[in-house]
Amino acid sequence: MKDTDTAPAGARTPRLAGRGALIGALVLFAIFAVLPFAAHAAGDPFFIVTATRIIVFAIAALSLDLILGYGAIVSFGHAAFMGIGAYSVAILATHGIGDVLVQALVAVLASALFALVTGAISLRTKGVYFIMITLAFGQMAYFFMVSLSAYGGDDGLTLYDRSTLFGAPLLDGDIGLYYAALAVLVGAFFLLRAVVASRFGRVLRGTRDNRVRMQAIGFSPYPYQLTAYVLAGAIAGLAGVLLANQTEFVSPAYMTWQRSGELIVMVVLGGMGTLTGAIAGAVGFLMLEEILSSLWVHWHIVFGALLVLIVLYTRGGLAGLAGRVFGGRRR
Amino acid sequence: MSGLLSVRNLCKSFGALKVTDGIDFDVAPGEIHAIIGPNGAGKTTLIHQLSGALKSDSGTVRFAGEDITRLSMAARVKKGLARSFQITSILEGFTVLENAATAVQARSGSSFRFFTPAASESVLNEAAMAALARVGLAEAAHRRAGDLSHGEKRQLEIALALATDAKLLLLDEPLAGTGHEEGAVLIALMADLKATHTLVLIEHDMDAVFALADTVSALVYGRLIASGTPDAVRADPEVRAAYLGEEG
Ligand SMILES: Nc1ncnc2c1ncn2[C@@H]1O[C@H](COP(=O)(O)OP(=O)(O)OP(=O)(O)O)[C@@H](O)[C@H]1O
Ligand SMILES: [Mg+2]
Repeated sequence: MKDTDTAPAGARTPRLAGRGALIGALVLFAIFAVLPFAAHAAGDPFFIVTATRIIVFAIAALSLDLILGYGAIVSFGHAAFMGIGAYSVAILATHGIGDVLVQALVAVLASALFALVTGAISLRTKGVYFIMITLAFGQMAYFFMVSLSAYGGDDGLTLYDRSTLFGAPLLDGDIGLYYAALAVLVGAFFLLRAVVASRFGRVLRGTRDNRVRMQAIGFSPYPYQLTAYVLAGAIAGLAGVLLANQTEFVSPAYMTWQRSGELIVMVVLGGMGTLTGAIAGAVGFLMLEEILSSLWVHWHIVFGALLVLIVLYTRGGLAGLAGRVFGGRRR
Repeated sequence: MSGLLSVRNLCKSFGALKVTDGIDFDVAPGEIHAIIGPNGAGKTTLIHQLSGALKSDSGTVRFAGEDITRLSMAARVKKGLARSFQITSILEGFTVLENAATAVQARSGSSFRFFTPAASESVLNEAAMAALARVGLAEAAHRRAGDLSHGEKRQLEIALALATDAKLLLLDEPLAGTGHEEGAVLIALMADLKATHTLVLIEHDMDAVFALADTVSALVYGRLIASGTPDAVRADPEVRAAYLGEEG
């Protein structure tokens, strides 16, 4: 087999670097942009609902990639931020506040605050302890919503009207919601792409590579990691706003550790630390789930096995695979 | 008199093991102060304590007249005290240039900047290139640091300390693992650094120590048993018995 890849043994995770990742993301965005037309032409207009869901989770996976892929911060409670975002919409709506800008602002502030408090505590620990603590905080948020009977408790909360913008029901149609979600995805991608290349992102990446070395050249990694954690939480909160509108229903189930685990799988499946990979991972995960669940009741077994195989055999996830398939140029 | 770096009664134990046992010494500005000692003498532990990687149990460390005993590693770097590692510690996934530029970034302005690409900041890159040129790695600037040869990685270790703009460099066995030629490059580099920096040098290679050092201190089981000019320390009977004798 040709193994022209001259990447040395040290470079274990081939990354779709710079340009390749950008091209990959632009291709995905272009496909997303024409998808409603294609779905309509193919006589499957309901596919748009699935596609919206994919985009919403892609936004959350993207935010997780900032801390997981670029910061090596393995958070097992990321779904809690989505849940907080979703509940912000539903709770405000029950009080008659339906404007999406107000809802999004509250969602971002609430999830950022939760990230700040929980991150400030959990980032003082390392490794497995960190994973356990983020998981514990996530479950705490879950049980808090379960016990909050005023807002549905265990049963959740139905959203009777989707969010409005200055009174206009822009998100009422599935197409409107779809493109709104796509706009958020594209915006989040370019925001995070700038962030990871910035001074701030460099500190985050350096700390991932070698924390002690970063300290030895004069950095205290903690405030940078905490900031990344808050930023990631805020973006996931925004994804939650879209999720609530897509499902028109909010429940504590959005916050479970299983959901957090799924987000991690999406990022790992797509390829950590590439941003594009997180999007591809969300697409791959949810499409696979969609297809397999329609084929067989016991699809979970196959699903798990397939994920393991993909992660094992693609080295660096889907992005790593694409990098090797299309990577005529190195790096 | 007290020097640029002044250590008094410094102690550190790991459980029952006293690894640093009441150490006193001074480093004068501009000198190369070598610390020698057999394996396990506590040399690296001492560097950890001086650089802030390990908390001392007791004693004081003063740098440029200021008590820095309780400062973090990052805070000490900002004061002008940088270190290198016995076991190479670099940002393997970064390019050589980005390694050095990251060290420059730590001392030039806020790193809470989110939108400008760091790689295109010429202020950072120029200072980084200067540090790389000083150690002879200018040609390697765009290679991935993890791909460097062992000798080049040792050069990068020193470039990173230089890029922090430190006044005093704590070098923990800079020659560790290098071959003869690689070692010669590093010895020449340290001789050159002497013109601009104060050096605390931990080294096993006696030829290097006696060629470079102004002062030599011998550390055995956590205690400094001798300190003085290279010739005086070489002649010291206790040192000969504890250390030089072993070397043959
Ligand atoms: N974190 C630690 N916990 C327990 N013991 C330690 C620790 N670090 C070092 N030691 C012990 O302290 C002693 C001194 O270790 P140190 O690494 O400082 O020696 P050294 O002089 O640098 O040796 P070498 O020449 O081999 O580098 C050794 O006996 C070592 O086993
Ligand atoms: Mg040592």
